[in-house]
Amino acid sequence: MTKPDLLPGTLDMLILKTLTRAPLHGYGIALSIKRISQDVLTVEEGSLYPALQRLLIQGWVKAEWKMTETNRRARFYTLTAAGRKQLGAELSQFHQLIAAITRVLQDQDA
Amino acid sequence: MPNSLRRLSNKLRFFARREKFDNDLAEEMAYHRELKQRDLEQANPALTARDARHATNREFGNDLYHRDQSRDVIGFWFETTLQDFRFSLRQLRKNLGFTVTAILMLALGMAASVAIFSFVDAALLKPLPYRDPSRLVGVFESITLFKQSDLSIPDYLDWKKRNEVFTSLEIYTRQGLTLLTKNGVERVSSGRVSDGFFRVLGVTPILGRDFAPGDDLVSAPRTTLLSYSAWLKRYGGSPDILGQSVTLDGKPHTIVGVLPRDFHFVPAEPAEFWTALHPEGQCDLSRGCHSFYGVARLKDGVTLQQSLANVTSIAQQLEREYPDTNRDQGANITPLYEYIVGDLRPILFVLLGGAALLLIIAGVNIASLLLVRAESRRREIAVRGALGASPVRLIRQFVTEGVVVVLTGTVFGLGLAYGGMRLLSALIPAEFMARMAFWQNLSFSPRVLMFAGLIAFLAAILFSLTPSVRSAAPDMHEDLAEGSRGSAGNAWRRLGSKLVVLELATAVVLLVIAGLLGKSLFRLLNVDTGMNPEHIATLTISAPGATYAKEPQWIALNRLIREKVSAIPGVTNVGTTSLLPVDGWGNTTWFRVLGRPWHGEHNETTQRDITAGYFNVLGAKLLRGRNFDESEDKTKPAVAIINSSFARVHFPGEDPLAHQLSHLGKTPDPIQIIGIVEDIKEGQLDSQNLPVLYNPFNQNADTEFMLAVRTSQDENAILPMLTATIHDIDPQIVAYRGATMTTLINNSMSAYIHRSSAWLVGGFAALALILSVVGLYGVVAYSVSQRTREIGVRMALGAQQSSVYRLILSEAGRLTSIGILLGIACAIGAAAAMQAVLFGVRSWDIPTLFAVAIILTAAALLASFVPARRAATVDPVVALRSE
Repeated sequence: MTKPDLLPGTLDMLILKTLTRAPLHGYGIALSIKRISQDVLTVEEGSLYPALQRLLIQGWVKAEWKMTETNRRARFYTLTAAGRKQLGAELSQFHQLIAAITRVLQDQDA
Repeated sequence: MPNSLRRLSNKLRFFARREKFDNDLAEEMAYHRELKQRDLEQANPALTARDARHATNREFGNDLYHRDQSRDVIGFWFETTLQDFRFSLRQLRKNLGFTVTAILMLALGMAASVAIFSFVDAALLKPLPYRDPSRLVGVFESITLFKQSDLSIPDYLDWKKRNEVFTSLEIYTRQGLTLLTKNGVERVSSGRVSDGFFRVLGVTPILGRDFAPGDDLVSAPRTTLLSYSAWLKRYGGSPDILGQSVTLDGKPHTIVGVLPRDFHFVPAEPAEFWTALHPEGQCDLSRGCHSFYGVARLKDGVTLQQSLANVTSIAQQLEREYPDTNRDQGANITPLYEYIVGDLRPILFVLLGGAALLLIIAGVNIASLLLVRAESRRREIAVRGALGASPVRLIRQFVTEGVVVVLTGTVFGLGLAYGGMRLLSALIPAEFMARMAFWQNLSFSPRVLMFAGLIAFLAAILFSLTPSVRSAAPDMHEDLAEGSRGSAGNAWRRLGSKLVVLELATAVVLLVIAGLLGKSLFRLLNVDTGMNPEHIATLTISAPGATYAKEPQWIALNRLIREKVSAIPGVTNVGTTSLLPVDGWGNTTWFRVLGRPWHGEHNETTQRDITAGYFNVLGAKLLRGRNFDESEDKTKPAVAIINSSFARVHFPGEDPLAHQLSHLGKTPDPIQIIGIVEDIKEGQLDSQNLPVLYNPFNQNADTEFMLAVRTSQDENAILPMLTATIHDIDPQIVAYRGATMTTLINNSMSAYIHRSSAWLVGGFAALALILSVVGLYGVVAYSVSQRTREIGVRMALGAQQSSVYRLILSEAGRLTSIGILLGIACAIGAAAAMQAVLFGVRSWDIPTLFAVAIILTAAALLASFVPARRAATVDPVVALRSE
């Protein structure tokens, strides 16, 4: 089975959303997205890390080295206030878009 | 904080701690992979640890590449560029031979093109230094002999009054003046103009004032303007000169102004002083004495044709009103720009074309060098690709390397071009240069720099694309395999061969053009001048009109000078003429043949006043009749000698000696033809011979004449003695333009233009020959190196050395023949387009084409013999083991 591609531009939003619940490291983010989407969405490492740098540069997340429960050093990403605001903006935009697409697809007269 | 600012500050923070960023990322990814592998092992307990690691790695992908991607996100664009740049420098340094060759070739090609272009720019592209120069026209009378001939002052005044097409019409002429200085008299070049001359051009003096309306009338005080260079040279640029008096031709003139530094007016250059008209004397007042050219500004909306029609109708009115003087005097209007630079255009285009061809060869040569290099870097590229460099990044590397080569080449090229411009300017004879005012102080104008920039841009595109094409879709597997011999090598050889054919063909074109120009020059310098120019010294003499006011004094002075000069040791013959040969056909007179019907038409012919010994000085050949006699002056019957063209044109099938000519007065004044001289080249070397009428000086004397002296000794050594002799007679006499006849011929306009173009294009062609032969050598040598193993096999199987030679030489021969044939076809076309600058040679001159083919074949054979020898002496054992 081929996995559907992410809609362009949605990866950043998914990462931000994932981080609203708790700070996570890179693998945790990828795993979380995969699990919650019930294995439909897979985040490639090649896209994940550039996206994380992008969010860092924008100041929407910040990164800290912390100890994991297995006592390993890992880099945890935390959502910042700006990131939360950005997520809100992106979500409302995204919902508008989905609603519009849905309306078109459900048009009975077509 | 606005987003963009925050981004920038975050980027800067990362930039400051780049190493930490790299380490963090690497650690983070390693941890990611570890967790991934752990999860995979837990999900599939059957998997061995090794398989799990492989599976993880496969899924994770190239982490170097991922890290590079992430680095691109946080980095500044210039960081990778800088990195590429540093790498390029390292690569170029590693391969110094290639780098130096490429930069040198580009610099050379560029220098030639830019230097020539700077001349083209200054002459053809730079607008003339006048207001709205495109509306300015040259205004001329027109006669059968010369399409653009001069105006007389009365005609000019009528044209000015009656025309409806010019906002104003002004006249000018070149004149020599005698300047009184502290050190005696000196000859200065100057312009003589009507008062509105500078206003019609739209030029304002930078100091003082322009001529005011009425300043050119006899009643007005005499005034003069200074050229900027004369102001600097003679008055040290002092602002106090305004109102000062200067003595020109014995008359005091008041200096009223200084012209701008960039002002020049080529048709009257070199002019140090500009004086207003002040018409006086017989010629100025006579409608039939033409010595001025017109310049006018067209009214808005008036076309060239309309202005010509208007002026032609005025000329026709004047023909009816003054049939004696104005019969057959038409009109001519030429755009001023055309008149000034029109003659230079063909030769400049030929030179620019030659330089462009050289540039093409240099470019092609560098491109093929780059191809060879890309070929030998296949493994390096493949390794970098395998390690995760994206194709874009690889191409960027080539682009950076190309740009580095081009930038360096451009810097050197501009330096060389500047040297070339200086050198070429220095090689232009001073007299010629003084007239070509737009070429003085040649420098890099914005247009020249843009031209250089365009070349650099095109070169950068060529040099970055050439290797990119080769490596855009590298077959990584094949390229990684050490020493693989795939189709790529063959593909390169085919492309390289095509480039070499192109180079050889271009070289042929250049060589043929150079050959034709060289042959033109040879023909020109060996053209029959009707004289023996060796051992002749010449000097122009101008006696002050105040001291020498009457004709008997002129004759006596001329005779005295000839006597004194004859006494100089070594002098065998002395004579004078009104105008020396190989200059121009100007100085004309009207005549009619007595005994033939005449209805007032103007037969015009070139005319010279000479002394009895003049033909002997030149070594001219008297075909029939006799020379003038010293005793023949106005008390004796008027006599004339004609040249053979005159006899051919005006007396076909008749005996000229049985005829008398006359001037066009109401009552005929018979002039007996007493001899026929073989045509002397009075006009430029490349001109057709015209009819010439010679009259004795003693029957038509003047204060100005030109001395010609034949000596049995060195003619250069006698020049200072001539001047000294004249000044012994009277220090007030101006003696100038001292030169030997051979110098006059060699420095004449046509000889100079032909010589400079022949040498320049010859130089380009020599460089082109070297470059293209080097290119051929490169291709053949590369082909040999690629086929070493094949050749080894052939020899191991018993092939003779001779057959190996044949193998290599036949390939070179094929390329050379295609190149030569293609080149000759193009050359014939190119030469046909430049017929205007050839003299005495047809564009398809067989000996030239043949010689070029032989030269190129010989050079090509030599270039391919070296690699062929290497191939033939290959030790089969070594060859088979090679690679």
